[in-house]
Amino acid sequence: MRDGVTNVVIAGLGGQGVLKASDILADAVFRAGHDVKKAEVHGMSQRGGSVNTDIRYGRKVYSPMISRGEADFLVVLAADQLEHNRSYLRPGGVLVEPGMVDASRLTNKRSINVALLGLLSRQLDLPESCWLEALAANLPAALLEANREAFELGRTGAHG
Amino acid sequence: MTKSEVHTPGRQLLSGNEAIALAARHAGVALGSGYPGTPSTEILENFARYGGRAQWSPNEKTALEVCIGVAYGGARALATMKHVGLNVAADPLFTVAYTGVTGALVVISADDPGMASSQNEQDNRRYAVAAGLPMLEPSDSQEAYDFFGQAIEISERWRIPVLFRVTTRVCHSKSVVQPVAGSAAAPKPEFVRDVRGRVMIPAYARQAHRRLRAKLAEIAAWNETGPLNREHPGDPGLGVITSGVNYLHVRDAAPEARVLKLGMTHPLPLERIRAFAASVRRCFVLEEGDPYLVEALRAAGMAVEGKAEMYRYGEFDVARVRRILAGDTTPEAAPAPGKPPQLCDACAYRQVFGALHKLQAIVAGDIGCYTLGALAPFEAMDTCVCMGASLGVGLGLRHVLPPEQRKRVVSIIGDSTFVHSGINGLVEMVYNPPPDGHVLIILDNSTTAMTGHQEHPGTGRTLEHQATGRVVFEDLARSLGVKRVHVVEPRVGSDDFERLLVDSLASGELAVIIVRRPCILIAKQLKEYERQQTEQECDCSCATA
Ligand SMILES: Cc1ncc(C[n+]2csc(CCOP(=O)(O)OP(=O)(O)O)c2C)c(N)n1
Repeated sequence: MRDGVTNVVIAGLGGQGVLKASDILADAVFRAGHDVKKAEVHGMSQRGGSVNTDIRYGRKVYSPMISRGEADFLVVLAADQLEHNRSYLRPGGVLVEPGMVDASRLTNKRSINVALLGLLSRQLDLPESCWLEALAANLPAALLEANREAFELGRTGAHG
Repeated sequence: MTKSEVHTPGRQLLSGNEAIALAARHAGVALGSGYPGTPSTEILENFARYGGRAQWSPNEKTALEVCIGVAYGGARALATMKHVGLNVAADPLFTVAYTGVTGALVVISADDPGMASSQNEQDNRRYAVAAGLPMLEPSDSQEAYDFFGQAIEISERWRIPVLFRVTTRVCHSKSVVQPVAGSAAAPKPEFVRDVRGRVMIPAYARQAHRRLRAKLAEIAAWNETGPLNREHPGDPGLGVITSGVNYLHVRDAAPEARVLKLGMTHPLPLERIRAFAASVRRCFVLEEGDPYLVEALRAAGMAVEGKAEMYRYGEFDVARVRRILAGDTTPEAAPAPGKPPQLCDACAYRQVFGALHKLQAIVAGDIGCYTLGALAPFEAMDTCVCMGASLGVGLGLRHVLPPEQRKRVVSIIGDSTFVHSGINGLVEMVYNPPPDGHVLIILDNSTTAMTGHQEHPGTGRTLEHQATGRVVFEDLARSLGVKRVHVVEPRVGSDDFERLLVDSLASGELAVIIVRRPCILIAKQLKEYERQQTEQECDCSCATA
């Protein structure tokens, strides 16, 4: 963590909920009172191509983008997106990848993005209430319960 | 989208586009008009969500013209477009600079250095110089919000349109915004006749040009001490002059540097910059894209350093800015390629491109999701220049190629693109038909899919998905005199489209084939809009009964 700023890259494929996961994370750190910036490239993201977002937070954040070799955390939603994103991690940075949660225990398979956020949340110093508020604010009511469960699954580290 | 209340003074996490939309709402903008284009699209969508009056126009030129009318009428107007959209709107832009406005006119140009989602990376700062317009460049969402208010003030004070230049990273990055509660009341629209000021016949335009230059001189003087430029105190060993998101990169890349951050980059505050340059031992101009600032400062006699030519390409980030400042011109490691986007598995266009591939058609293409037909496995697109170009390029090929080749030429265009600037090409096709005719394929998926599913005049729904007038492509083509007009639904297992295409190519006449099927990604939403519409229609008939 350079200068008290935490850098998180979330990567995956269009349609996997990369942008949603980054919105939830950015909102959670915002609610915890941090300065935060989030950068992403929209555009062709819905057509199944690679999608990345950068989230940076701390006391004061300048650039919204994370350069290669400077991510403290890399969250990858699709196993095949790991290789070309690995170089974002700084030496000693932490990787969060889909194999780390037991997907068979998800009520809704599409909540893997939120389950991985749950896993990430174990490593970030943020009050749980901020996470829960961020989930509620960024997800439609009908999907909230399944996503809360997914978040819990990741957070409590229940690995099958 | 549900409309939310305007008065939301709390601290918020907003994208640059959301911040512009909120600022426009707080500034009492009477109408926002534009044409979708990444990274600008969400400005108008959010302006509508915040309760503003927003509309999609058929293209950027029309959008700007509508906004000019709003501003001539004394109200505040917002025109939004991506960088290449300003090319389309350039004609009215250059002359509204002469006429000026009565109310306010802010034109958003959303540039895309690095081409995350564009066909070129043109640097629209050049437009401010070429047209003679003040230009503001925010660096994050807070500034996008604050500068928008300033843009309205400048526009009204000098009665001049303002170019508001943002880039992908400003539009699509989220950061914290503290909105200002309550803003000045919007002016009351009123028509005041001003023939000499508004009718640009040469005699009046000559005077108008002089007035424009006088305004710019005043604005330049104001900008010398104006609030939009800021200095970050730092070590005089390195001074950096920059603007936009690059200011943020440099604060991370060289935290010790002294930085002059320009918020208004045309007309430039040259004396302020000169003083800054004199205050530091090394003075570096940091800018993405064209060497616009560095050339302007050197022309003004300042000995400033600029980036190496290799950094003209692509967007900056902190690591690149470090390299640039260090004068590092060793080759940059190419980032490992990610997975490219592709046509959805169930996309109806697949069948069309399959047939084009099979028939070895020479395909003059256009811009939209369907441009992905250029990639494997189809490789069924041979040209893509700009929106609407498929018609003209296809016709040009038909005019000169030898018969065995020209008979295989087709033009292919999406529905939104057809309305945007393909209609002109259809008129050209009727007016100057090639010797063996021509075939135009319109891919009508009832939406502007590429930019995130916006409505357009061919869908018959407004920006907020309410029913409105609809341009019916087959009626239009027939009314222009095309005899062979077909509408076909691409169904799985059917070869209707392919047979039509073969017939049309063989006919030697002009043909228009409209391939119509809603985009699968919004099929559900479309049903919902239709249901709402029938309900509303039912309501009216019940009321009259
Ligand atoms: C002048 C200009 N304005 C806007 C854009 C952005 N843009 C690219 S393609 C497109 C429209 C795509 O819609 P459509 O033609 O209906 O094709 P679809 O994506 O639905 O297949 C837009 C708005 C652009 N490239 N150029």
